[in-house]
Amino acid sequence: MIHVRERTAQEIRADFPIFARPTGRGKPLVYLDSAATSQKPQSVIDALDTYYREYNANIHRGVYEIAARATEAFEAARARVARFINCAPGELIWTRNTTEAINLVAYAWGNANVRAGDVILLTELEHHSNLVPWQLLAQRTGAVLRFIPIDERGVLVLDGLDRLLDGCTILSIAHVGNTLGTIQPLDRIIPRARAAGALVVVDGAQGTPHLPVDVAALDCDFYAFSGHKMLAPTGVGALYGKRSLLESMPPFLSGGDMIRTVGYERTTFNEPPWKFEAGTSNIADAIAFGVAVDYLADVGLGWIREHEKRITRYALERLTALAPRGLVVYGPRDPEHIGGVLSFNLGDVHAHDVASILDTEGVCVRAGHHCTMPLMEKMGWHATARASFYLYNTEEDVDTLVSALEKAARIFKL
Amino acid sequence: MEDFYRDYILDHYRNPRNFGHLENATVSAEELNPLCGDVIRMDLQVDDAGIVREVRFSGKGCAISQASASMLTESVIGMPLEAVAKLSKDVVLENVGIGISPTRMKCAMLGLRVLKTAAIGSLAAWPDEE
Ligand SMILES: Cc1ncc(COP(=O)(O)O)c(C=O)c1O
Repeated sequence: MIHVRERTAQEIRADFPIFARPTGRGKPLVYLDSAATSQKPQSVIDALDTYYREYNANIHRGVYEIAARATEAFEAARARVARFINCAPGELIWTRNTTEAINLVAYAWGNANVRAGDVILLTELEHHSNLVPWQLLAQRTGAVLRFIPIDERGVLVLDGLDRLLDGCTILSIAHVGNTLGTIQPLDRIIPRARAAGALVVVDGAQGTPHLPVDVAALDCDFYAFSGHKMLAPTGVGALYGKRSLLESMPPFLSGGDMIRTVGYERTTFNEPPWKFEAGTSNIADAIAFGVAVDYLADVGLGWIREHEKRITRYALERLTALAPRGLVVYGPRDPEHIGGVLSFNLGDVHAHDVASILDTEGVCVRAGHHCTMPLMEKMGWHATARASFYLYNTEEDVDTLVSALEKAARIFKL
Repeated sequence: MEDFYRDYILDHYRNPRNFGHLENATVSAEELNPLCGDVIRMDLQVDDAGIVREVRFSGKGCAISQASASMLTESVIGMPLEAVAKLSKDVVLENVGIGISPTRMKCAMLGLRVLKTAAIGSLAAWPDEE
């Protein structure tokens, strides 16, 4: 793709109507919680509006014009999202979100293939969404869980990987961690998992928003991600699955749309990906997801990655000024190895109090355990505050963050 | 919200009153704030007449939850256990003496919920939702 001209974060901000509105206290919105969910550009909002105003109809059934238009837009969106991660449209299943995508694998593939004593390998820093479904699968089947350990910086320790992979049926791992933002070295892990014969599942919730993702090059079997973290609406996500796996594995949910023929006693199933999409899909949001990935591709994932590194580097520099007042940043602290996420604490101030004071300055950060309770426990952190950056954040946002943190330090007399 | 962090609140946060455990507790309870995972435990020692003689709280959390719990322990010493079971959110709001934003209300009410749970003997409702 040819880029005529690189855009600036300021220009990008103008595409996101939420930034034109001040917060309740009249301050500009400084949104540093994109790891939780991203803001939406006008084009995505318009796509929803247009669908409901102009061609709202159920898909794959109607013979009339607007139904045909809806079906076409829905399948075109699938093709765009598939191209975005370099897979075939037939390998991309719509889900509600990453969590549902991982559950689909754990139930449909897991129930059919995992046996008592099998090993499911995870890491010590997974989101609850990439932990609890495997715990339940292990309980259903008698499989055991193993974890790739982390060091005191939250970096995976790969020395014992081959031993951990021995007898392993499934490896499921985040592409980018959500609490520390660590980009995992999948290129070093997946080939070894393949050699050990394990099914490779990637939790891409924080991958697709920030990194160019090529599932063919990664050579994973499944890749799960959420639209809402990458400019699309909430309620739509996707699961990439290798075609041969999607063909051989049984369906997850069942009912309408996923069938070919139904009799009173027996049913034959539709082909993938529809075999895994029971009931009426989230049509409008899927169509808008297609618009969101076009927006990201237009800006360029390369630009986004460089921009996030720039902002992260600037934030790390500026935050060192607060070190004498007790500010500690966790994780690898190297912009090359993190996906626009900084987790920190300020002296003895609880992260929730930090977040409340930042909120008075219009600064939105997340505080708590970030859905990684085992990681927090292991690291001995009660709670952390987390700032996450995306394509629309600027150096000024970081400056506001720093001055709001100074205010918190002042209030708490640090 | 910034007004919340008054000197006396910070004092209760950094120097919590009646902090720790009671070996000879008559009733105890422990609960978590699902929003943030903060946990508070309350141990109460009640005499034969049903009067709360001693209270200790323990846990880790934000200034709002810790200061509210600390102030609450001072409020209930000498109170009949039956009255503790019936306390409303007002006791917390009066103690802190400052508005609490809706997003932090659960933090402020956690200590009271735990205290009422101990007094009632089963999980109490959130005081702000009663
Ligand atoms: C790494 C990671 N995995 C999974 C999820 C779950 O995503 P969703 O809530 O969209 O299913 C998240 C979202 O916070 C995440 O950051």
